[in-house]
Amino acid sequence: MASNHTVVTEPHFLFGKLTFDSIPYHDPILVTTFSVVVIGSIGLLGAITYFGKWKYLWDNWFTSVDHKKIGIMYILTALIMLIRGFSDALLMRSQQAIALANESGAGYLPPEHYDQIFTAHGVIMIFFVAMPLIVGLMNIVVPLQIGARDVAFPFLNSLSFWLFVVGALMLNISLFLGEFAATGWLAYPPLSGIDYSPWVGVDYWLWSLQISGIGTLLTGVNFVVTILRMRAPGMSLMKMPVFTWTSLCANVLIVAAFPILTVTITLLTLDRYMGTHFFTGDMGGNQMMYVNLIWAWGHPEVYILILPAFGVFSEVTATFSRKRLFGYSSLVWATAAIMLLSFVVWLHHFFTMGAGASVNAFFGIATMIISIPTGVKLFNWLFTMYKGRVEYTSPMWWTVAFFITFTIGGMTGVMLAIPAANYVLHNSLFLVAHFHNVIIGGALFGYFAGITYWFPKATGFTLNETLGKWACGLWTVGFFLAFMPLYVLGFMGMTRRLNYYENPVWNMWLLVAGAGALIILCGILVQFYQIFASIRDQRHNRDMTGDPWNGRTLEWSISSPPPFYNFALLPAVRDRDHFHDMKNLGLAYKKPKQYHRIHMPKNTWAGVVISGFSLVMGMAMVWHIWWLAILGTLGMIGSFIVYTFEKQKDYYVEIDEVEAIENAHYERVAHANDKRDDNAAPVTISI
Amino acid sequence: MSTELAAPPAGYTGYIEEDHHHDYGGDVVFGFWIYILSDCILFATLFAVFAVLGGNFAGAPEAVELFELDYVLAETALLLLSSFTFGMAMLEANKKNMKGVFTWLGATFALGAGFLVMEVNEFIHFTHEGAAAWSSGAWSAFYGLIGTHGLHVFAGMIWMIVLWVHLWRDGLTEGNHVRLMCLSLFWHFLDIIWICVFSVVYLMGVL
Repeated sequence: MASNHTVVTEPHFLFGKLTFDSIPYHDPILVTTFSVVVIGSIGLLGAITYFGKWKYLWDNWFTSVDHKKIGIMYILTALIMLIRGFSDALLMRSQQAIALANESGAGYLPPEHYDQIFTAHGVIMIFFVAMPLIVGLMNIVVPLQIGARDVAFPFLNSLSFWLFVVGALMLNISLFLGEFAATGWLAYPPLSGIDYSPWVGVDYWLWSLQISGIGTLLTGVNFVVTILRMRAPGMSLMKMPVFTWTSLCANVLIVAAFPILTVTITLLTLDRYMGTHFFTGDMGGNQMMYVNLIWAWGHPEVYILILPAFGVFSEVTATFSRKRLFGYSSLVWATAAIMLLSFVVWLHHFFTMGAGASVNAFFGIATMIISIPTGVKLFNWLFTMYKGRVEYTSPMWWTVAFFITFTIGGMTGVMLAIPAANYVLHNSLFLVAHFHNVIIGGALFGYFAGITYWFPKATGFTLNETLGKWACGLWTVGFFLAFMPLYVLGFMGMTRRLNYYENPVWNMWLLVAGAGALIILCGILVQFYQIFASIRDQRHNRDMTGDPWNGRTLEWSISSPPPFYNFALLPAVRDRDHFHDMKNLGLAYKKPKQYHRIHMPKNTWAGVVISGFSLVMGMAMVWHIWWLAILGTLGMIGSFIVYTFEKQKDYYVEIDEVEAIENAHYERVAHANDKRDDNAAPVTISI
Repeated sequence: MSTELAAPPAGYTGYIEEDHHHDYGGDVVFGFWIYILSDCILFATLFAVFAVLGGNFAGAPEAVELFELDYVLAETALLLLSSFTFGMAMLEANKKNMKGVFTWLGATFALGAGFLVMEVNEFIHFTHEGAAAWSSGAWSAFYGLIGTHGLHVFAGMIWMIVLWVHLWRDGLTEGNHVRLMCLSLFWHFLDIIWICVFSVVYLMGVL
């Protein structure tokens, strides 16, 4: 805790800034959490050792370059981080529910702890929950949708994942060793400068984001190349499934926006470590330049999060309305328009900077223009449902919940885009309500819809539908209860990030918001139970055909889970709903005459090892242990060079093996069809 | 609805029956182009930072007092020449002439090293004159931009050594040819960035 530790200004040669004082053993909340985490980890590691699963994990998961496995690992990590991020949310909501007082010290969280909590909450939810959820989904789905056998650079994919894990790990270590930033999730200077944040919190923020950000950049390059160069023969750009289109746009945004983050973080690092004057208040530095730069990355970032979610809704709506997607090309163009516009609106995050009326007017109007392509999309989905035979499965529940919630969020966004109104609403809870409205009701609901929709594809069995609907209902009700009061409070003048407040009128609304958070908690618990129950009952939920939803796109044409090489023979695409076309023509599930050898990448240790050295480097930099940082850096470069000298990074799967795997699949399909005939003939609706 | 597709050609099965060849080397070169695009944005950001802070000397010596164009011109000549020698190395690689590749790569390495030595020497000189990275916003931006370029050149030289060993061990395999092409892209890219640095930082600095 900031109040109890001593700030070491002259780092020790061997230990840097690290002392026994760095462990926050004074804080009962942290000590309890720490004990739970340690006991849990020992239990988990012990169990893995006891059951002798280390080799299995290493060979089949950690070193895997299979995009499907990497995708699953991304999503698992995201769900673990969701527990942490949501715990922070509950802490904040409960603190604000009781912190009605005239002076600091109200509630149970002291200011320096509370500030770290809201910072960690934002950082975790954006970088370590939303990003991995969507990158995970893209990993599982995109290669399958385009008929590819893996991503373009399988090793880089593994490296991206492990760098991301290192970032998440560092953030969690900060809880028990030192502190985390207490600056808000974007760490504006001068608060994040060395004068006002002298200890290691901001350094944890810097290195954790830098390392995972490099991973994200590599992901961006990887998927742009994958989508542009590895599509099945015949799949022209305008025949790509919409999820792949939105993923392409999101990855172009990653390639274009993440270098700005890399530079911004590096410059702040130099300010803190070397005493440069990029963002300082004196000596020719410019603090507002930081705010401009971080949002020049930050605004595209929110579209990186939401565009693939739009793609999910498009797939889900078309599948469960049993219709071709309405207005495919307008949807693609709307996505591309949003991609471009996302780079010319960043200033709306700080209209109050004082850039003047003309500049503010430009950015205000540019922001409002974004609502046009977004509106186009909503109509695309609605018209897809119109006259369709809509089947209200749980992915569809999430989608409809999204329509309503996101529309409200979009409208409050347009309100915030009016510079004059923004002067009143800026930095208030109205803003907090708005971005939770679009990120939860837009992006997150989309990820949940996508996870439910593609879960059988990744695992081979569907999730429990009833529990899924319960989760969606609880999330939606909880969301409205938790965030609508914040709009009201924003109008009442309550600013964000308050540790305590004097106005008794606010208290009631904050209590309601707290209740909403508890209902969301129930939703999350139901989701975890849903996963548990579905694994338990997987025998009854098994997806035998590979096509549990009567899907339209390529990924449903192969078994669930797909064989490691995905496609025994590459599809020859002539329609954007390729698999639907195949089913119409009666060509689905037909055994091909002949197979070929398949060229596949081998697993590699390099992603784990290079990332491991990056963890050493990152932790050493945080604690100013220079010799260790040099070792870590040399380790990263060295292990990468060693990897380049490895021969035989790929191999061929022989025809016998392919044939055996494929035959097993065709047998399962035949078996499933026999069973289905007992009940009723499958309903096929052709459009 | 009128979305019915025409009947497929006879014998259409929905998949490609013959073995499909994929150009993996092409993926790598294309991917490297995408990486270079992202690096462009990285440098664009640093140029923007320099544009904002470049005049904020805050009492430190000003650029016009310290810049020596002759010196920078020599630096520039070394780097431009190294781009030429790398081009020669590529031509020799296309002719499968290993000896030529080694010679021209060696020349490139030497020229790159010369450039870096001159740059570091300039940094030391400026720092002695009171224009260090921590002296003012303008100098922070100067070292930030030029230092990043220098680090790239340094990384390129390490890459050159590693590639040298690769070539020595395995010769001009397809994989090594792709690597050589990527490094060549990288090296020419750094040259272009340097031309922008020379114009924006040094030429405009002495105006």
